[in-house]
Amino acid sequence: MRNRFDSQLLELNNELIAMGALCENAIASSVKALLGGDTKLAASAIRIDQEIDRKEREIESMCLKLLLQQQPVASDLRLISSVLKMITDIERIGDQASDIAEIVTYLSGACGHNQHIEQMAQATIKMVTDSLDAFVRRDLTLAWSVIEYDDVVDNLFAECKKDLIAEIAQNADDGERVLDILMIAKYLERIGDHATNIAEWVEFSITGTHKTPAN
Amino acid sequence: MEQNKIEIRDMNLYYGDFHALHDIDLDIKANEITAFIGPSGCGKSTLLRSLNRMNDLVEGCKITGDIRLDGVDIYHACDVNILRRRVGMVFQKPNPFPMSIYDNIAYGPRTHGIKSRVKLDEIVETSLRHAAIWDETKDCLKKSALSMSGGQQQRICIARALAADPEVLLMDEPTSALDPISTARIEDLVLELKKDYTIVMVTHNMQQATRVSDTTAFFLLGDMIEVGDTEKLFSMPKDKRTEDYITGRFG
Repeated sequence: MRNRFDSQLLELNNELIAMGALCENAIASSVKALLGGDTKLAASAIRIDQEIDRKEREIESMCLKLLLQQQPVASDLRLISSVLKMITDIERIGDQASDIAEIVTYLSGACGHNQHIEQMAQATIKMVTDSLDAFVRRDLTLAWSVIEYDDVVDNLFAECKKDLIAEIAQNADDGERVLDILMIAKYLERIGDHATNIAEWVEFSITGTHKTPAN
Repeated sequence: MEQNKIEIRDMNLYYGDFHALHDIDLDIKANEITAFIGPSGCGKSTLLRSLNRMNDLVEGCKITGDIRLDGVDIYHACDVNILRRRVGMVFQKPNPFPMSIYDNIAYGPRTHGIKSRVKLDEIVETSLRHAAIWDETKDCLKKSALSMSGGQQQRICIARALAADPEVLLMDEPTSALDPISTARIEDLVLELKKDYTIVMVTHNMQQATRVSDTTAFFLLGDMIEVGDTEKLFSMPKDKRTEDYITGRFG
């Protein structure tokens, strides 16, 4: 009945999944670089971010073309408009992964060990992966669990801050490095927020409403 | 306060043995535009035509249930001539009478006994102005209406319907025979007219329904499947059959 439109939607779906996979790669690389002090991995996260930016443009133009050609309604309209919004968040996640990688490079890997940062990194990766899985599987429950999980990341950020304040108190000369680490923690916290946004758009594409108020 | 202009209750319509409309319950609100959508043969035009008893002339047509205009049953407590004056109709293809533009508009009022030239002039001008075609016709009112373009003819037909001073305007795919510019003019006009009239429109153009109507009703095989706020119906339809139809999965 509408083979061409269906195949265009499938392609859009696949492109978003591909962009999501790049984004997961970018965070995984920057987090590994951070935890292992590996500057090579940091460089790779920065490269992936550039690919993500290209993907965003491609998907954006696919969405605009679909709006123009198909004048979508109902679930089609919700899907296309959600994708258009989600790619902005995915792109921002890529930027933040790249920002983390830049700090790691700048610190030449001397990031030190911080248990809460490590937990935060794992938690945000989980949020991003789950939000993208929720999109792929059209899984409302999983989307909601991502939205709730943001509190875990926020709490870990608060813990990180306490740790870092204590570090400065112990060794004031280390202030600059500690502030860089604080930036990293803040980037991770923002990645959690963007994953929450993605989950909210998954919710919208399925239900047509946002149950939870936006951040 | 939103008020029902037309109330349809438990309405069934048969063409001989064929059961064309099943248990229709629908409120049409005053000064709103209500769109009827659905695949060909779903009964939407049949329902539209029932609203001013145009089906009376169809042999074997039987209607049960109630259709009320301002609370009065139009099939049992209403003179059909008065009903049709109150509920006007515009058809899919422009169908001006083969006479001058002036006479087209004056035709209805004349048959209703208005003879005064001054009064008729006034009705013609007001109706043409209301139908947004006065500027294009004021210098050629003696010209045959058939010499005008399709879009202009359709606006002349709308003016002709307005000349009877109706309260409700029924439109059966009023733009399906028109180009995009004429379509846009008619849509603008319809939006303008809803201030003074209640409008019910059958359309096959989904985007048109979303652009102009306040409420949309979806019909399928003689059933009214879903009715609701147009924006909601087109973004989050409740019934899977509505979703499948408006997204083009069948129909």
